[in-house]
Amino acid sequence: MARTDHETAAASTPRPPGRLYRAWDSDLAHAFRTSPVALVAGIVAVVIILAAALAPWIAPHDPFDPGSLVLMDGFTPPMTENEFTGNFYLLGTDDQGRDVFSAILYGARLSLFVGFSAVLFAMVLGVTLGLIAGYRGGWVDSLLMRIADVQLTFPSILIALLIFGVARGFIPPGYREAMAIWVLIVAIGLSDWVQYARVVRGATMVEKSKEYVQAARVIGAHPAKILARHILPNVMGPVLVIGTIGLALAIIAEATLSFLGVGVPPTQPSLGTLIRIGQGFLFSGEWWILLFPALALLALALSVNLLGDWLRDALNPRLR
Amino acid sequence: MLAYILRRLLQSVVVMMVVALVSFSLFRFVGDPVSTMLGQEATVADREALRERLGLNDPFVVQFADFVTRAVQGDFGISYRLQQPVTDLILSRLPATLELAAISGIFAFVLGLGLGVYTALKRRGWLSNAIMTASLIGVSLPTFLIGVLLIWIFAVELQWLPSFGRGEVVDLGWWRTGLLTPSGRASLVLPAVTLGLYQMTLIMRLVRAEMLEVLRADYIKFARARGLSDRAVNFGHALKNTLVPVITITGLQLGSIIAFAIITETVFQWPGVGALFINSVQFVDVPVMAAYLVLIALVFVVINLIVDLLYYVVDPRLRADRGAAGH
Amino acid sequence: MAEPLLSVRDLVVEFPTRRGTLRAIDRISFDIREGEVLGMVGESGAGKSITGNAIIGLIEPPGRIAGGEILLKGTRIDDLPPEKMRRIRGRRIGMVFQDPLTSLNPLYTVAEQIIETIRTHLGVSEREARERAVALLDRVGIPAARRRIDDYPHHFSGGMRQRVVIALALCAEPELVIADEPTTALDVSVQAQIIDVLKEICAERGAAVMLITHDMGVIAETADRVAVLYAGRMAEIGPVRDVVQDAEHPYTRGLMGSIPTLTHAHDRLTQIPGAMPRLDNIPQGCAFNPRCPEAFDRCRVERPDPIGRGGGRRVACWLYDRAGVKEAGNG
Repeated sequence: MARTDHETAAASTPRPPGRLYRAWDSDLAHAFRTSPVALVAGIVAVVIILAAALAPWIAPHDPFDPGSLVLMDGFTPPMTENEFTGNFYLLGTDDQGRDVFSAILYGARLSLFVGFSAVLFAMVLGVTLGLIAGYRGGWVDSLLMRIADVQLTFPSILIALLIFGVARGFIPPGYREAMAIWVLIVAIGLSDWVQYARVVRGATMVEKSKEYVQAARVIGAHPAKILARHILPNVMGPVLVIGTIGLALAIIAEATLSFLGVGVPPTQPSLGTLIRIGQGFLFSGEWWILLFPALALLALALSVNLLGDWLRDALNPRLR
Repeated sequence: MLAYILRRLLQSVVVMMVVALVSFSLFRFVGDPVSTMLGQEATVADREALRERLGLNDPFVVQFADFVTRAVQGDFGISYRLQQPVTDLILSRLPATLELAAISGIFAFVLGLGLGVYTALKRRGWLSNAIMTASLIGVSLPTFLIGVLLIWIFAVELQWLPSFGRGEVVDLGWWRTGLLTPSGRASLVLPAVTLGLYQMTLIMRLVRAEMLEVLRADYIKFARARGLSDRAVNFGHALKNTLVPVITITGLQLGSIIAFAIITETVFQWPGVGALFINSVQFVDVPVMAAYLVLIALVFVVINLIVDLLYYVVDPRLRADRGAAGH
Repeated sequence: MAEPLLSVRDLVVEFPTRRGTLRAIDRISFDIREGEVLGMVGESGAGKSITGNAIIGLIEPPGRIAGGEILLKGTRIDDLPPEKMRRIRGRRIGMVFQDPLTSLNPLYTVAEQIIETIRTHLGVSEREARERAVALLDRVGIPAARRRIDDYPHHFSGGMRQRVVIALALCAEPELVIADEPTTALDVSVQAQIIDVLKEICAERGAAVMLITHDMGVIAETADRVAVLYAGRMAEIGPVRDVVQDAEHPYTRGLMGSIPTLTHAHDRLTQIPGAMPRLDNIPQGCAFNPRCPEAFDRCRVERPDPIGRGGGRRVACWLYDRAGVKEAGNG
């Protein structure tokens, strides 16, 4: 319906439509507006990401400030007032009286930070290596692709775990806690660069042989410039798809490692850490400490996953 | 074909050597094995003697060769944390992991294949749509969360199944099995489902996609045009062709199951190799980490080789010409 | 006149799409008599293959037969329940597809595929089926058939595989064989051999053939009668000699110009400028009118139905409408 309205509107105005309008009217935007799954997933993802990013301003409590915790508030069930203090907590509190809702906001913030950073790292690494492999060919290409083949035979979570373990081994004990987040980002990023590299390499090899690239080479353009100007724009679509799905995977990987107790330090709980903590209270009946972080993680991972799926189909209808 | 297998074998050896190198570097460069073993009180002379005895003064290549030789013989030294030979530790925990992996592998394959075929054949049915939607959630659910939620429902709320451990086990020589006692089998259910669920969804989606692809193939259309029954077309022709790629990827998933067992074992306090590894990462127990690294790489390499060979068995196009085909 | 083997009456096949329903076949009628070879020509997209698929009841959903009827020896077969239709496929109507490389299941030997088909339709023993299969393969020209029958499809060349496909189509002794571009995917050097094998073996067994092709030359050499399709509609049908020598529909005349001379490869429809309309964009009136050199006003408004011209010929063209042709031509 909306589309026909806009088409008639566009037809009646002689002026060329503005950039915003063109973005709104593009095939991609249209596919997005007409896919209920994509819309819902998009809204959920944006809400969570915004809430996480703004955690310090919108969270009712600071879960990391021990001074603000009231032990008397411990184990307050969700949506009720504490029987001793009368304080109200939307999603309840844990054993130390920490507000679960605030902890989730801060936890999601950390999970998303690690996730985005890991994806960015993997993307830059994978795209760079893919460009080099595709453009140079020869032994560089075979070496990189052999490594990629070997790495692909292992599940990425295992790779991340191993890299994390090895890296921890090499870092002196005193720095392990402080470096944990960065080690985690590098470990998850390193476990996930192969997909980008493969796609970019393939596209580069195709583009490389085309006439305009050959022409640029003949007039002596620097390879880096050719890659950046001519080849990179052609591979951004698939890279974006891999990146979106990669974000969901990275968030899950971070949560998994943190749950296993080998991710972020316990002083800075991510969603995975919160679930790990919550599991301890299952048998004593404080289910909310587990359930709400779990739901937050699930909503985040699922919505990003759905967005990635949708993006892949929208950018490449032939796959359906 | 022989050349191909030889090349694959060579590749496997290279992979193993790289993993061994990483593993060895861990040993050699993480912390100081001498102070770890002697403690802070030892004299300089003692240290030097031990360094000499351990071969730490030898050239790198000699040390690495030594490491590989010992590793091949199954000697990975002594766990820093548990003060036991690493090989013994791993061997004593291996049966738990293998039983878990085998059961969840069977669960994932049987159910994944069945549901995949069903959703492909009844593509437009409401049940298929429901299954596909559920599977999307299944793919997004991290393994550990599945485990925790299953514990909550079946162990805490319903109290049907145990939430941790292996239950009662029976010693069969060095193999300690939980399959022979009721409590052992009950303890296996939740971990096996947890571990298998993700692989099951993957296999299901893969089977469905492959089957839909095959159902569009000309030879399926031709089989229908010859009036073969739906049963013969769907199961005799389509399913068999679907299985060729599925077997490869499913075989590779077996490795993933062993890797993901790390997570499941932690959730359910399952006394397997994975839990041992996680502990070793937390405590930087280098010998255990190194041994696990080599072990898991070995598992993957072996599975990869087997899957390659399996390919030849299933697909006549790849089989040695005539000789093997004519019978 | 004797009852035709196959009779297609006002067949309509539709494919619902998001942009509305496409009519891939629009009111086509024709007969196939016992033992005859009917050629069906037209450009790709004209609806030749869909007609073949409609006859054996294998139109890909969501496509469907939206009108008309198909009769096999006087019995309707287009509305049969799936199980009854299945028993007709292979048993009474055999099918040969275009690409022999993809028509055979790569995981089964030739013997397994032929024996399975024979035993599905004829109640014979495994041994008997195997003997028949060997004899049939021998007949279609597979050398050392008894030995090669246990080979897998990939052991055969393209031409040999198409012979196997023909054997498969004929193994349950059908009365009609629909051959959908049986030589298009093959090397030029074996095309004629395959057509010969197909024609001979069908003649031997008294099976009629519906030969679908875009190659007018093949039709001219092989068929008894020819039907010309354009944009899902029947343009012209008649005895092949008459149609080739004296085509009446302007489109058919254009097609005749594309018959290759002995040595030259042919350019399709060099005589007619433009291209066949897409199914979602068929012009009003005669579908051919924008390209037709002889189109006049009526062609752009009214759709012509096939008009009987005597001698078993029918032409869907207003040029031959006795009531209006001269006046329209002059005026």
